[in-house]
Amino acid sequence: MAKTIKSETDLTWKELEVGCVVSDAGNASQYKTGDWRSMRPIVDKSKCIRCGVCYIFCPDMAIRKTEENYFEADLYYCKGCGICAQECFTGCIAMVPEEE
Amino acid sequence: MGKRVGVEVSIAAADAVGMANVDVVAAYPITPQTHIVEHLSDLVANGKLDAEFIPVESEHSAMSVCCGSSALGARTFTCTSSQGLALMNEIVFIAASMRLPIVMILANRSLSGPLSIWNDHTDVMSVRDCGWIQVFTETGQEVFDHVMWAFRVAEDRQVSLPVIINMDGFILTHVIEPIEFWDPAMVKQYLPDFSPINVLNPDHPTTVGGFGMPGIYTEAKVAQNEALVKSKPHILKAWQELGAVTGRYYQPVETYKIDGAETVFLSMGSTGDTVAMAVDELRAQGKPVGLIKLRLWRPFPFEELRLAAKGAKRLIIIDRAVSYGGPGGPVASEIRSAFYGEKEMPVVTNFICGLAGRDVTPEDYIAIYSKSEKMAQGQVRQEDYVFYGVRE
Repeated sequence: MAKTIKSETDLTWKELEVGCVVSDAGNASQYKTGDWRSMRPIVDKSKCIRCGVCYIFCPDMAIRKTEENYFEADLYYCKGCGICAQECFTGCIAMVPEEE
Repeated sequence: MGKRVGVEVSIAAADAVGMANVDVVAAYPITPQTHIVEHLSDLVANGKLDAEFIPVESEHSAMSVCCGSSALGARTFTCTSSQGLALMNEIVFIAASMRLPIVMILANRSLSGPLSIWNDHTDVMSVRDCGWIQVFTETGQEVFDHVMWAFRVAEDRQVSLPVIINMDGFILTHVIEPIEFWDPAMVKQYLPDFSPINVLNPDHPTTVGGFGMPGIYTEAKVAQNEALVKSKPHILKAWQELGAVTGRYYQPVETYKIDGAETVFLSMGSTGDTVAMAVDELRAQGKPVGLIKLRLWRPFPFEELRLAAKGAKRLIIIDRAVSYGGPGGPVASEIRSAFYGEKEMPVVTNFICGLAGRDVTPEDYIAIYSKSEKMAQGQVRQEDYVFYGVRE
């Protein structure tokens, strides 16, 4: 498990590694990409057939399987690209603006 | 002491790189740098130098390979000129931001167009802000010494920055000069093994050259700028210790007949010797003239420059590059900035000459002096630069 590093908006220039090297592998998981999102995927469970095609197509592997075998986006990482909604066979995923 | 031999400066420069026990050379031949790269290729092919010589397909690849090998902890060298530097431009900036201690000899040649292979400083001025330590040399001996110095400074863990050694194309690269080669004991004493701060190694995975969002980019740039500014004491120390080994002491700003000089020339690179001849002649005529030779271009030696020019009423800045539509030549505009706001600001006149190898003789510098003295009687603004010798 990578050590927790400070957020990019907290680090001072003196705290940076020489050449901005990332000296510890695996800490990309700490990087919050969810705040890039302007549209959020919403799943209508009544239409979902739990096929997992959204899980397969998600380019950021930001969709995980729940205990009931449904699939939901991890909003810490989901950038809101909408590929899951585009690929969904049953049309159960809707992209809604973040402010709603 | 080392052995003094008559040798083409390019060959001596390549031999110096070999003696510095370089691990990787990645370069693409381009006039007037070619002999340096060819000779390094010979050394490796003939088994005289245990290094990887990587004959890349372009300068962009040359600098990319250099970044990779330096990040692996290999002592790395490349060499280019003019269009080659322009082609590697993208990666030149990245090498500095990654703090990779690559050493590059830049055999200064004019940038196209018109296409020209001859010497001036338009190539290096195009990368003025690339973040590398940048130094100018005047003789073959200085080139040889500065190869050792450059590896020493670049790889200093308190520095960890790439270094450009500027040597004037043809005027230095293609002449035969008497050069004192260091003996291996001197190299061993002066240049420690490369011990990098970070090394790419699959056993300890790290990421280099990552991206920086707006939240971190400014901090990254401040860290890089601080590294370059604070490299200066280490640069001075490396020159001091080079002096102890060779008896030749170099300074960021060097002077000639500066005592009592009211008008001071400022030049960079091999033309310094020619200006010095003009200074001798003018002094013989009783004119209070001196010369400043700027050796260190980045980090810019503000303090040393102000100290050297103290008491000078007029500065004549010799530029060998053009800033089209700008404030004169790039050297003059920096020198003016260095004096702006000082209590005693010398009048700065700016002469752009010696473009693309056009000969500038001591007589020309005497004529420049006369013209400058005339100009300095009136107001001289930064846009009043002169293309010396142009046919009207």
